[in-house]
Amino acid sequence: MGVKKAITGAQAAAEAMRQINPDVVVAYPITPQTPIVEQFAEYVADGIVDTEMVPVESEHSAMSATVGAEAAGARAMSATSSQGLALMWEIVAATPGLRLPIVMSLVNRALSAPINIHCDHSDVMGVTTVGWIQIFSENGQEVYENLLLAVRVAEDARVQLPAMVNQDGFITSHAVEPVEIFDDALVRKFVGVRSMERALLDVEHPKSVGPLVLPDYYFEFKRAQEEAMSKVFEVYREVGAELSAITGKQYPFFEAYRTEDAEAVVVVLNSAAGTAKAAVDAMRARGKKVGVLKPILFRPFPYAEIRDALKDAPVIGVLDRSMDFGAYAPVYTEFRNALWELDKRPAMQSYIYGLGGRDVMTTEIETVFEELLSGKLDPEHQRYIGLRG
Amino acid sequence: MSERKAWQELELGLALPAATSLGYKTGGWRVLRPVWNASECTHCMICVGYCPDMAIPVRQTDEGVPGKGGRVFKGVVRLEGNLDYCKGCGICAHECPTKCIGMIREEEAEQAACKL
Repeated sequence: MGVKKAITGAQAAAEAMRQINPDVVVAYPITPQTPIVEQFAEYVADGIVDTEMVPVESEHSAMSATVGAEAAGARAMSATSSQGLALMWEIVAATPGLRLPIVMSLVNRALSAPINIHCDHSDVMGVTTVGWIQIFSENGQEVYENLLLAVRVAEDARVQLPAMVNQDGFITSHAVEPVEIFDDALVRKFVGVRSMERALLDVEHPKSVGPLVLPDYYFEFKRAQEEAMSKVFEVYREVGAELSAITGKQYPFFEAYRTEDAEAVVVVLNSAAGTAKAAVDAMRARGKKVGVLKPILFRPFPYAEIRDALKDAPVIGVLDRSMDFGAYAPVYTEFRNALWELDKRPAMQSYIYGLGGRDVMTTEIETVFEELLSGKLDPEHQRYIGLRG
Repeated sequence: MSERKAWQELELGLALPAATSLGYKTGGWRVLRPVWNASECTHCMICVGYCPDMAIPVRQTDEGVPGKGGRVFKGVVRLEGNLDYCKGCGICAHECPTKCIGMIREEEAEQAACKL
């Protein structure tokens, strides 16, 4: 049993970092990520953690310094949002190829322009192709546990890849909810200490990190990186089982909520999954068979498991909190791909919701379910929830 | 990295042993080859210092080597350029105060070698 604290999602991330006690944290303030590093800086100032905190002048430098520390052999962490992620993109994209298991909080916020500080997923959906493990969190509790999990998955010898733990800007990061914080000693034993096997600062075994690789080898390194990503599934399950021993919870690749006999399923990431589950409960009470599938592990994407979970669903609506302009939305694309191999494919509908922090209500999701159940779909065109006009 | 490993055999994250550039012979990039005329050289070391690839080796000699004007040069003297790493940039020829380094096209050098 842990201790329940009334804290924000940002503080939940900082609590996880306190227990992880990384060697180095480098970050640059950006709303709505700032309270994570503010809280963590207090832990550093109060001597509660042993971390060297490096203030830098930009996110590009933040990720560069995090990479440097991690390559040296440190356990290094960072946190960012939106434009900050965009500015660090060059180094974010280099990190998986360097096989550096950095863990970073991403507090999801809309990308400019127009400038907006509120939640959507346009920041993370711009980096899903570069090779970070992507984990999504519905609330502060999941943020906390996912960060603990991410450190172990990322650093596993079979993986050695960076991981981003996502939470919704403001909705999760700034809202106070009870979060159960588990015993420091147990959690610290679980996260352990990073292996120094690949440390650059090992004078007994000098090595070069990040050399130029031309057409004769680049392709092979990228193939090896893909192999590491494919190992994440088994490692995630193993590490999840270990974490379960502390928390008593399960760590599936996704949460299937009341989907077994569902005649319509809504797929949605992060905090809106909570809203969707409330809509499901309301509709179930009225005798409507509906369910929600909430992806948690988004990279690597568990195609086979998703396919199995949705094989009996007659109709699926996928809700995206970002757009891929001129193309199918990112989450919808993955689910279409996942279900292609089914003999009897479900009907599908893409919905866009909540851009720039627009609220999504249970009633709106109930309307989506009614639409899905009515069969009046238009798979060629995405629909918009809560949009004027 | 001169051999061709399969992707399964690679070190993680392109971490390589140190000093692998020794095994990476960049001389193959060369279009122009420097030709050193030792009898016009004063062993001033300007070419050695300017060479971006450290491809002009030197040695210490007490007995000395003959150079410009038949003089004997003692101490640190330059040797023939190392064509395994020389990329043919021509900086040595440009900087040489005695103009004892010429640049010839690589294929001319190879044809001359074949005739010999």
